[in-house]
Amino acid sequence: MYTTELQKVDPQQAPTREPQELVDAFEARVADDAFIEPKDWMPEAYRRTLIRQISQHAHSEIVGMLPEGNWITRAPSLKRKAILLAKVQDEGGHGLYLYSAAETLGASREEMIDALHSGKAKYSTIFNYPTLTWADIGAIGWLVDGAAIMNQVPLQRTSYGPYARAMVRVCKEESFHQRQGYDALLVMAAGTDEQKAMVQDAIDRWWWPAIMMFGPSDDNSPNSAQSIRWRIKRETNDELRQKFIDATVPQVHLLGMEVPDPDLKWNEERGHYDYGAIDWEEFYAVVRGEGPTAKERMEARRKAWDDGAWVREAADAHEARRRIKAAA
Amino acid sequence: MKTDWPLWEVFVRARGGLSHRHAGSVHAPDATIALRHARDTYTRRMEGVSLWVVRSSDIAASDPEQAGPMFEPAETKIYRHPTFYELPDAVKHM
Repeated sequence: MYTTELQKVDPQQAPTREPQELVDAFEARVADDAFIEPKDWMPEAYRRTLIRQISQHAHSEIVGMLPEGNWITRAPSLKRKAILLAKVQDEGGHGLYLYSAAETLGASREEMIDALHSGKAKYSTIFNYPTLTWADIGAIGWLVDGAAIMNQVPLQRTSYGPYARAMVRVCKEESFHQRQGYDALLVMAAGTDEQKAMVQDAIDRWWWPAIMMFGPSDDNSPNSAQSIRWRIKRETNDELRQKFIDATVPQVHLLGMEVPDPDLKWNEERGHYDYGAIDWEEFYAVVRGEGPTAKERMEARRKAWDDGAWVREAADAHEARRRIKAAA
Repeated sequence: MKTDWPLWEVFVRARGGLSHRHAGSVHAPDATIALRHARDTYTRRMEGVSLWVVRSSDIAASDPEQAGPMFEPAETKIYRHPTFYELPDAVKHM
């Protein structure tokens, strides 16, 4: 899974004066494709941008467990259930790699989790759409994780070392997510008319949200230029979106399905698909938390956290008792 | 949870014969649970045959700002490398 850049830098936290020679040395290192490590000097704005991006990314992984998790009990076979369990567990793991990376920048795990649960933090809008049928689970793996891979592959070379290393791990695992999703849809697409209709319906509902995962178009993405200069981002939103569309359209056709975009057509001259206008109003409404299931997702997340409280308390109590024993 | 559990750095030995290598970190109240979390987080695909966890606060690290004085002296001591010595071609097995 992945995150789009959703929150703008807080203008009240305007960068304070930083020693010019340190800033220059930092900019030169980054321009030279060197990695920045946790204890290296970095501009405050770089640190804040990364904390925001990495923590949003982590939240997206954690919330990403929810739409799929609620299908584990309804998976159509034991094989599919085992696969889905493994995928959902991976998403949890991805969240943990990323929270750890954000912590190396001085963010605390507790603050990040609180920010998610209080609704203050953003996560990828994609999880605020409902998963209505089993075909949706296939479509999420294939389209949503597919879009995530497109975005995350360049992040393996992002300038911040711990983030880049987390991305290497994530990308390795993400490929399984995409393939299992497409595999599930291949089976359905070779099935009954009803199953085929289910696949087309899932594509109709997930295509545009997946396209929107790449974030606002380049002319409307104010932080992009700086993030690219700092090598936090390596390719623009529109470049990645185009790559995804070019790679995915033939996969839709291979399933014997249609892309729900009447304006989609191959442009021989550009060597890319042209695609229709994106409904950004819908995107921003979902970012603001007006997605069909935004409330439900956060309730499920908070419930899971609260229901697990006794386990955390028991672990604490056990450690406290061990200390007392050790001291005695 | 009132405060975060302590942070532990995780080291994984990929297979026999290799040294443990840093993989990432986990939060846990004690070493036993840290090992369990490390297993679930970093070895879901047979990435390792052995795990170490070390409290992050127990690691002493060199200061990156002192990297110059710390490591640069080695740069000028090229005579420490075998390629520094140009020997006649007649010399074999060296």
